[in-house]
Amino acid sequence: MIHTDMQKLIRKSVRDFAQKEVAPLAAQIDETGEFPDELYQKLAKNNYFGITIPKEYGGTGAGYVVMCIVMEELARVCVSTTLHITSPNTLLGLPLANYGTPEQKKRYLLPEMRGEKEGTFALTEPGAGSDAASMKTTAVRDGDYYILNGRKTFITAAPVADFVVVFAVTDRSKGTRGITAFLVERGTPGFSTGKKERKMGVCGSPTSDVILDRVRVHKSQILGKEGEGFLMAMKTLDSGRIVVAAQCLGIAQSAMDEAVKYVKERQQFGRAIGNFQGIQFMLSDMETKINCARALIYDTAQKKDLGMNITKEAAMAKYFASEMCNDVAAKALQLHGGYGYMKDYPIERIFRNARVTTIYEGTSQIQQIVIAKQLLK
Amino acid sequence: MKMIVCVKQVPDTAEVRIDPVTHTMIRDGVPSILNPEDANALEESLRIKDRHPGAKVIALTMGPPQAQAMLRECLAMGADEAVLLTDRAVAGADTWATANTIASAIRALGGAELIFVGRQAIDGDTAQVGPQLAERLGLPQVTYVQKLTTLEDGLLQVERRMEQGYEVLRVRTPVLLSAVKELNAPRCLSILGICEAYEKEIKILSIQDLDITPADTGLNASPTKVYRTFTPKTERAGVLWEEDAGRMAGKLLTALREKHVI
Repeated sequence: MIHTDMQKLIRKSVRDFAQKEVAPLAAQIDETGEFPDELYQKLAKNNYFGITIPKEYGGTGAGYVVMCIVMEELARVCVSTTLHITSPNTLLGLPLANYGTPEQKKRYLLPEMRGEKEGTFALTEPGAGSDAASMKTTAVRDGDYYILNGRKTFITAAPVADFVVVFAVTDRSKGTRGITAFLVERGTPGFSTGKKERKMGVCGSPTSDVILDRVRVHKSQILGKEGEGFLMAMKTLDSGRIVVAAQCLGIAQSAMDEAVKYVKERQQFGRAIGNFQGIQFMLSDMETKINCARALIYDTAQKKDLGMNITKEAAMAKYFASEMCNDVAAKALQLHGGYGYMKDYPIERIFRNARVTTIYEGTSQIQQIVIAKQLLK
Repeated sequence: MKMIVCVKQVPDTAEVRIDPVTHTMIRDGVPSILNPEDANALEESLRIKDRHPGAKVIALTMGPPQAQAMLRECLAMGADEAVLLTDRAVAGADTWATANTIASAIRALGGAELIFVGRQAIDGDTAQVGPQLAERLGLPQVTYVQKLTTLEDGLLQVERRMEQGYEVLRVRTPVLLSAVKELNAPRCLSILGICEAYEKEIKILSIQDLDITPADTGLNASPTKVYRTFTPKTERAGVLWEEDAGRMAGKLLTALREKHVI
């Protein structure tokens, strides 16, 4: 799509920010696994946590094309940074904005937008991944309270989260309509987070289990209505997918940038390797796929901004872009030869960061099911 | 305090090439940007506004209609208002005619206590418009401002960058200041700032709104005549030595003595 002047200025400003404030820290964030609070605050100041969230709740209401621009540009320099932005704009922020009570918005959403609190979304369990509805975590009513028991796994930002949206079964007999979302604050007795996982990539976004051991939560902490938690989560998936697709686009673009730079510099057989036709074929394949993804992603984002249904498009964008960025990152690494395998070159980190994208926010196989379901309905 | 910041849209000279035949700048495909030192001037005005709520910052530019894109950027940074002076009559103005015209636009806007400009634009590199503007407006001026402190009402303390060191001056408003890049680091734009910048109106002025006539502006009022433009050739090549450090140090000493550097 052709961007408007406003969107062009946003891209330019995010790119400036990414180059000045994020790029110099990217390698360090990946190595240490520590995300600097100063950078987190700068993300908040630039409104990156509230791009899709309406103005009245502390966001900007700028929409999904802008969100994709921000994700693409930031993912080009640091994928860990984009993981901190995804949740407030999609899985966490949207249900709070759409279903939260005024009190919940004031207590969780507004501070999240301002960078004062970081929340997260806890759906996955050790035995409930793609089949999220098979969760074991329970919430049993006790007067005005609920008692939560269970374990959530692979929870993004759990080690640093101030509050967590926990999905738990309130009525097993009702299946997906018996799952409820609860806002649980760190510090609530019985709430704890597990050890920080040692991951292959996106190391600057800490991941751990969330453990709920007889956690007593007041009924006012239910997000949405009892029994509607799962459906509420499903409704935000399209938004999450398009945003992750844009992240994949940024990862692929950074791999491409590194590849082009390297093949122009690297001399073998008396010339830069970019002069060899075999190398050029690889570069053209990579560039073509990147731009196919770009066209699909921004088209889908624009449709979303216009209020159209994007269930199939978002799944296709996420499926294609995540597979594409793994392919492009692998080829870019191949073009670097032995140097690409060394941690001294950025492509090593880019390759590791790409890997998770075909897994989280719905695996490629789940996206394929979604696409086919839309085709055959 | 009312502040007017004079800004200019310039080609990003980091990406500019010169046509080897015509010796003019190849503008095709070169992005236009807010002149970097004008961004420093705007940033400093916005910082004054941050410290003194109620202060007002107006970004003013003279240029073609496309310059509105840059004014949106000024609004996104935090300027309260943006004004574009655009008219075919002002085209081709040199620094003299430009200063005439902008001074008139500032009068049309009711003047200001602080006029802030960038030291120079990266396309022309003259550094003349700021000082000429102060003369036209009959204002005191401090050029090369690298640090600014607001003291009591209407009194500013500024550091003026010199080749070796700096001057510390105290000036009363109204005054014209020109900013150098050492003054500050311009802020990043927020998403909300950009969205809101596109909801604001840009005020458009033409020569009819000013107290000057077409004879006072544009090419006709420009005493500067460009005789020829060319790309300077680098005729002296550098010397590269690669041998052991002791021998190189000796050679360097001899070479520097021969050139009477030491």
